[in-house]
Amino acid sequence: MNTQPFTIDDLKRILLEGAGADESVDLDRDILDTQFEQLGYESLALLETSSRIEREYGITLSDTILADATTPRLLLDAVNAHLADGAAA
Amino acid sequence: MTVPVVITGLGIASPNGLGKEAYWAATRAGRGGIGPVTRFDASPYPARLAGEVPGFAAEDHLPSRLLPQTDRMTRLALVAADWALADAGIKPEDTEAFDMGVVTASSSGGFEFGQNELRKLWARGSQHVSAYQSFAWFYAVNSGQISIRHGMKGPSGVLVSDQAGGLDAVAHARRQIRKGTRMIVSGSVDASVCPWGWVAQLAGGRLSTQDDPDRAYLPFDARAAGHVAGEGGAILIMERAEDARERGARVYGEVAGYGATFDPRPGSGREPALRRAIELALAEAGCAPGDIDVVFADAAAVPELDRAEADAISAVFGPGGVPVTAPKTMTGRLYSGAAPLDLAAALLAMESGLIPPTTNVDPDPSLGLDLVTGAARPARVGTALVLARGYGGFNSAAVLRSSLSD
Repeated sequence: MNTQPFTIDDLKRILLEGAGADESVDLDRDILDTQFEQLGYESLALLETSSRIEREYGITLSDTILADATTPRLLLDAVNAHLADGAAA
Repeated sequence: MTVPVVITGLGIASPNGLGKEAYWAATRAGRGGIGPVTRFDASPYPARLAGEVPGFAAEDHLPSRLLPQTDRMTRLALVAADWALADAGIKPEDTEAFDMGVVTASSSGGFEFGQNELRKLWARGSQHVSAYQSFAWFYAVNSGQISIRHGMKGPSGVLVSDQAGGLDAVAHARRQIRKGTRMIVSGSVDASVCPWGWVAQLAGGRLSTQDDPDRAYLPFDARAAGHVAGEGGAILIMERAEDARERGARVYGEVAGYGATFDPRPGSGREPALRRAIELALAEAGCAPGDIDVVFADAAAVPELDRAEADAISAVFGPGGVPVTAPKTMTGRLYSGAAPLDLAAALLAMESGLIPPTTNVDPDPSLGLDLVTGAARPARVGTALVLARGYGGFNSAAVLRSSLSD
């Protein structure tokens, strides 16, 4: 199991692999606090993204985490909290 | 009072040419696009030839956001729709969303996408299945993706009646325009050159098992032994003749008549219903048989189906009474994409005064058809009849009238 912290670069890679990127959005600028919706990712793209994160990191993210994590920073925090729990257990 | 509905834009993805110009240059010259299957290893299968669209790199035409969520048929349809809109000179962003709809046809849905996801399900588990599997395989997905891409919120849908669906969709689009929608993106693109699509078609028993591309698909020929499967089709922009005229659009032609029928129960001994579909389409167009300049045949290449189609044509037009052609001999059968491509070919035939040929075929004289073979035949084409039959008994016929004919 990968216990490295989950970084914005990891998230960008997974977003690109699973859902691509909107032509009008530059993922390389500071997007940490931009709403996923404004980045062009609707609920299905986030579902695909979370399932890829789950696969890669061997974790299970609950539906509420996904619903609440409306920005990259919130999603990073949620995933890293999960990874820390797993490492502590 | 019926409102005349015309076609003002063509977007084409065909095995013998990607794009309208490439398609027509190949088709008028009788140049085919059937060859060995390259999209998967077909060597263990009884059928090893296909009509594959050449040189299509989706990433050259579509944003990366669309690639993970689309089957090949949807990518082809999206690009063909872009081309058709540009051809028609329509900018969706400048048009009221509810004035634009999308009505396409489908025969199998996104089989290649679906097969890949099912493989992941069984080989690696449900966590590995793409979230986009929820819609990417749908029959309606091409209509949906075109409507989302261009913000088209008017009446939309999909018609599923195998090959006949390509005409049924155009007829439904016309119906929606007559009810008040300004413009409908119609036509159809199909693609399922993948093992799942292949076994489904093989189970139908109508695929040719010939390995020579020039001898594999021979409708109306004594050697007919099934068809070659192909991918592609045409997307058509349809609108009211009055609107097209007002905005100064180039009009290819009018969808002047349509008829759809269903065959009687097999073994009933009753006549197949294709003749009736032709008569309905002619009647609606106000055409006598003598007014039709060319028939684009369904061309099943199954001997009894060829006989039934020839009988229907002869019953309406008299033996040898009308030129008949099947340019799909150059592409294979494209399922729901076939008839829209034939409509496009008919419109281009009107424009260039040439009936494209039926290639490779040595017509069976006992069928009594005036089949255009060898090379394109120069002719004034003012009115054309396009036929399409779907597996299970669907028959559809459409009459196109050139805008140059008055």
